[in-house]
Amino acid sequence: MIEMKNIKKIYTIGEMRVEALRGIDLDIKKNEFISIMGPSGSGKSTLMNLLGCLDTPTEGEYLLEGERVANLHHNRLAEIRNQKIGFVFQSFNLLPYATAFENVEIPLIFRGTASRMRKQKAEELLEKVGLKDRMNHKPTELSGGEMQRVSIARALVNDPSIILADEPTGNLDSISGGEIIEVFVDLWKQGHTIAVITHDKDIAVRTQKIVKLKDGRVVDGGSSL
Amino acid sequence: MKGFLFLKLFLRDFKKQRKKITLTTLAIAWGTFSIVMLLAFGEGLNKQLTKANHGLGEGIVIIWGGQTTMPYQGLGKGRRINFTEEDVELLKARIPEIKNVGGEYTRWEVPMSYGKNSVTEMITGLYPCYEEMRSHYPDKGGRFINELDLQYKKRVVFLGNGLKERLLGKEEAVGKTIIINNIPFTVIGVMQDKLQMGAYGEPDKDKASIPATTFKTIWGYKYFNNLVYQIKDLERAEEVKKEVYKVLGVKHKFNPEDERALSIWDVIENEKVFNKVMLGISIFMGIIGGMTLLIAGIGVANIMYATVKQRTREIGIKMALGAKKKDIMSQFILESLIIAFLGGGVGIVLTSIVVKILQAIPIESEGLQFLGKPTISWGIMIITIIILGMVGLFSGFFPSRKAASVNPVESLRYE
Ligand SMILES: Nc1ncnc2c1ncn2[C@@H]1O[C@H](COP(=O)(O)OP(=O)(O)OP(=O)(O)O)[C@@H](O)[C@H]1O
Ligand SMILES: [Mg+2]
Repeated sequence: MIEMKNIKKIYTIGEMRVEALRGIDLDIKKNEFISIMGPSGSGKSTLMNLLGCLDTPTEGEYLLEGERVANLHHNRLAEIRNQKIGFVFQSFNLLPYATAFENVEIPLIFRGTASRMRKQKAEELLEKVGLKDRMNHKPTELSGGEMQRVSIARALVNDPSIILADEPTGNLDSISGGEIIEVFVDLWKQGHTIAVITHDKDIAVRTQKIVKLKDGRVVDGGSSL
Repeated sequence: MKGFLFLKLFLRDFKKQRKKITLTTLAIAWGTFSIVMLLAFGEGLNKQLTKANHGLGEGIVIIWGGQTTMPYQGLGKGRRINFTEEDVELLKARIPEIKNVGGEYTRWEVPMSYGKNSVTEMITGLYPCYEEMRSHYPDKGGRFINELDLQYKKRVVFLGNGLKERLLGKEEAVGKTIIINNIPFTVIGVMQDKLQMGAYGEPDKDKASIPATTFKTIWGYKYFNNLVYQIKDLERAEEVKKEVYKVLGVKHKFNPEDERALSIWDVIENEKVFNKVMLGISIFMGIIGGMTLLIAGIGVANIMYATVKQRTREIGIKMALGAKKKDIMSQFILESLIIAFLGGGVGIVLTSIVVKILQAIPIESEGLQFLGKPTISWGIMIITIIILGMVGLFSGFFPSRKAASVNPVESLRYE
């Protein structure tokens, strides 16, 4: 479903060139659950941004469900992010002034889904992550674990092809972090495709495959622990 | 449908920014207030001055006989041209475009008295057509000179309202007898109060008018002081004027090219020039008001820029969730449009209130009377709305472009 070939990403800041990714080959199959590990600065987030079409590679080929992403128009990229990608961030990235329900609703709004459908979908997903009774709470009224559940519900609301999570437990204590991992495991069992970036070995071991990055290269592309 | 969804999303975000929005709204309100106020005063002034212009008469031309400066048909130059009844009849017969025409006799410093009050004022001998031509409209209960007065050379007088005050005070004037030049005259009417800007001789409110025939028998004038004609179609004023020159030229044997043979006050032409000047003033005021709004608009744009900066993360989140550039842009444009119209609305309401209050205050002083009352017309409303829309669009557009160019990766990178 996802094929990356020799992906390079070079940032230029003035005279400085930072080679964040130096030729990545990566395949993710449908209903695969992988983790991406590596030291800080190894290019994990950069890779995730490319996978999520938030950014385009400097070089290389990226096929997402057969579609060549490299030179797409920004509107098409927005549509892909909206409909094929579900992001889960370390710091949740919820809109602070919107309720849980409203946050989950946003991707549906950008898609142009009708109000009744939106309500139904958003409620269904909040129920799925166990937050139906917290629907009308603002993020500040929720715990970290709950906020991350809201963002998972938001990631799922448009039935994406892949869920991309960048250190989803990084801001959580180990108990709520563990619960979030269970949510991901459940989702995988229900047929979702998931890529999770993590420093945590306990999380990595729950995935099917661990991809290890170092200095912008894959040093180990598929060993299971 | 989609537009409605954006409105919802937008309103959600909008509520968050109350303080800033209030401030900018006030700036726009102030700008709108000043532009509408300026235009309203311009409009009021225009109305009042137009009225004052018409105080002398609408669509009229006043002609005095002059002195020839060119020899013509064997006649030397330097001849005086004078008008009589014949000229009036001639113009009436020859030029169908003329609605009214009449001559007037004028005498200065005529003693008039009523009881103990006596004044020395100007008196004119007029024809009934002057009522319409020169706006000599009688106040309730009175009338102007009519054909019978003329025919029977009646000793009747039509008083200017100012003159009446001085002679009769608050007393009812119609039917009273006043003494003019030692001859008793019956008052038949008093002129309605009117605004009059131009005058030849005394302003109409300070003179007395009697039938032209009566005047002639008393003072034995051979010639009119001047002629006045009123035309039917204002568009054809120039042609009629040429025609008048030609007809009178033939009659009095002067070269129609000889400008000095007649001395003409073209009130129609004056009014056209006046209207142009007023238009100029309106445009000028509009520009000043527009500048004020422009500055307010720059204020809005600045605040929107600041907002964009503040919301970069939020913009990044929305982009990650699938917002297109135009979705991001429309939010900011909509926002500044709403601010513009909100402020504009407040400004317009404020102006309406002030204008209402000003209109309710009675104006006594004559000078202020010419200033008139501020008036808000539909034209002003439409202009204001268009300007507000443009201010909103422009002050939203550039910040929104900046917002749409936010790099989502960058904005989400910093926790
Ligand atoms: N926008 C950018 N401009 C310049 N350099 C960048 C940019 N984004 C990332 N980098 C650099 O690219 C390299 C990889 O960064 P990246 O954020 O992908 O690392 P990471 O593996 O996610 O690290 P961490 O575990 O700390 O999150 C780093 O050296 C980083 O400084
Ligand atoms: Mg990272």
